[in-house]
Parts: sequence; C-alpha cells; structure tokens
Amino acid sequence: MHIPDGFLSTTTWVSAWTVSAGGLGCCLRQAGREMKDRMVPLMGVLSAFIFAAQMINFPVMGGTSGHLLGGVLAAVLLGPWAGAVVIACVLIFQCLVFQDGGLTALGANILNMALAGTLGGYLVYRVMKKLLGGRKGIVTAAVAAAWISVVAAASLCAAELALSGTSPLGLVLPAMVAVHAVIGIGEGMITGLIVGFILKTRPDLIYGVQGTGVRVQGEEQEYGKAEGGLDAKA
Amino acid sequence: MRKRDIVIGLAASLVIALLLSPLASSWPDGLEKVAKDLGFIEKGEGAEVLKAPIPDYKFPGLDSEGFSTALSGTIGTFAMFGIGFGVARLLRRKGQ
Repeated sequence: MHIPDGFLSTTTWVSAWTVSAGGLGCCLRQAGREMKDRMVPLMGVLSAFIFAAQMINFPVMGGTSGHLLGGVLAAVLLGPWAGAVVIACVLIFQCLVFQDGGLTALGANILNMALAGTLGGYLVYRVMKKLLGGRKGIVTAAVAAAWISVVAAASLCAAELALSGTSPLGLVLPAMVAVHAVIGIGEGMITGLIVGFILKTRPDLIYGVQGTGVRVQGEEQEYGKAEGGLDAKA
Repeated sequence: MRKRDIVIGLAASLVIALLLSPLASSWPDGLEKVAKDLGFIEKGEGAEVLKAPIPDYKFPGLDSEGFSTALSGTIGTFAMFGIGFGVARLLRRKGQ
C-alpha cells in the first residue's frame, strides 16, 4: 500500500512528513540505546530480506495482489524501535531508487507502515505473547499482530486519503480494510512461518526472548563452547 | 549472529529477489485496486515529483521484464543489506 504522489493533499502529506520525522527520530534514539553488537548483522540481513520479500506480490481475491510488509517480523527479531527503522529504510530506498511510493507520500508511508504498523503491531504482539505464554504463544502472537498491523496501516492510509479529499472515508475505509484483511492473512502466515522457524533453530535471535520460558539453546551452546575453550586453555 | 547465519539469511533473500521476483503477481496491489474501484487512480498519473533511476524495478533500456526485475531485486537486496548493517553500526556507536 505504498501511496504514490498525487493521492494526498499538501496539508496531509506535510503533516505526515512532520509526524513521521519526529517519530522516526524517536525510534532512532531508542534503537541506539538498545543496539547490541550481535544485532548489527541481523539488522542488515532483515533489511535485505524484507526488501526482497516485498517484491513478491501474491495474488489475493478479485484480481488484487499483496506483499509482505514485514513490520511485525522486524520488531519480533530486533525490537520495535530498530524494527521500525528497518521498515523506514526499506521505504526510503524503494521510493528514491525504484519510485515505489511517492516522495511527497513518503512521510505518510513511513507513518502507516514503519511507525503505526511496526510499533502498533509490536504492542499487540507483546500483550498477546504475555497472555498466551510459551513457544506457541510467541508464534500465535506474531501471526495475529502481523494481521492487525496490515489492517491498521491500511486504515490509517484510508484516513489520510479521506483527509486529502481524495475519497470519502465512508467508501475508502471499508474498501481498504476489506482488501487488506485478506492480504493480512498472507502477512500473518509468512510472519508465523519465519518466526516459528527461527524459534526452532536460533531462538536467541528473537528480541526479548529471555525470561519467557523458552530455552535459548543456540546461546547456551555458544557460551558452552566459549567456556570449554577457556577451560581447555587453562 | 554467526557468519553462517548471515550467509543463510542473505542467500534466502537473494533466492527470493532473483528467482521468485519475476514470478510475482502483476495484479494491482490493495491500494491500487481500491483507487481503481473508487475512481481516484488517475490522481497519481504523472504526479511523480521525483524521477527515480529504476522506476517500477524496470531498468531503462532492458527489454526483458523478468530479467530487469530480477536484476533490480538482486542489486536492491545487496544494497539494503549494506544500508541495514550500516545504520545498525552507526546506532551501535552512538548508543555506546
């Protein structure tokens, strides 16, 4: 749902630019506080993966297609702040190099997908994860949050179009929500598959996994090896 | 994240960008579809304020659409790895 140039009124796109600039600045500050050495390559790989995955439009009903947004996926692995930064970077890159999303609409696109989708989606994920608990809870929460993030971003997009006088809210909101409720199922499935796979193979890569009762085997092994090495030397 | 994980993650991304992207559905996305149905799609026509170097993932001068998309995907995937990595490193330094 990358908004192109021409869909938003000047007041709307300038306001959206202002809000998303402030919001992104906030995310950058928080992400800087939390950034750990081991997260640096993960952020590179996730940026690459989400960019690639966003190129794959899958068909949904009625001659419409959709693709992964990846906001919840990024937030589950990197935390909400760095996750939002990843999505913003992807959106800026797509806009400047591939004209995917307009430059005037970039603020609104960042607001909808990087800020509302990712931060809002993460909030849902966090609450549900706590309520459900355990390994299954993480995957289920990620799936539900991914779906909600797409519908939330689409709703906000509809509101911006209505504010711009492009289309009345009573028409554009139900239309956007209906289409993206279906696209969101794809988002939920892809997010769930990847989070489930990482939870099985490298649970230490999940943000804030400590203290959820999920055994972080990868990390234990790594520490075990390091200690063994020291012992051997001693 | 170990080196092996980076290689696996990047390889998976490249497979998607290089091999799957030419197969992606060319149907309009959710917003385009709604814009068509509600009759405001033409508002976006010719409204671009910026001429991007590779508009719509199609290399100017390259005939094959599939090849063009795959090439855009591959270049973009490597570039986004560098951007994500670079931004993370900057954030790591500033956070310290």
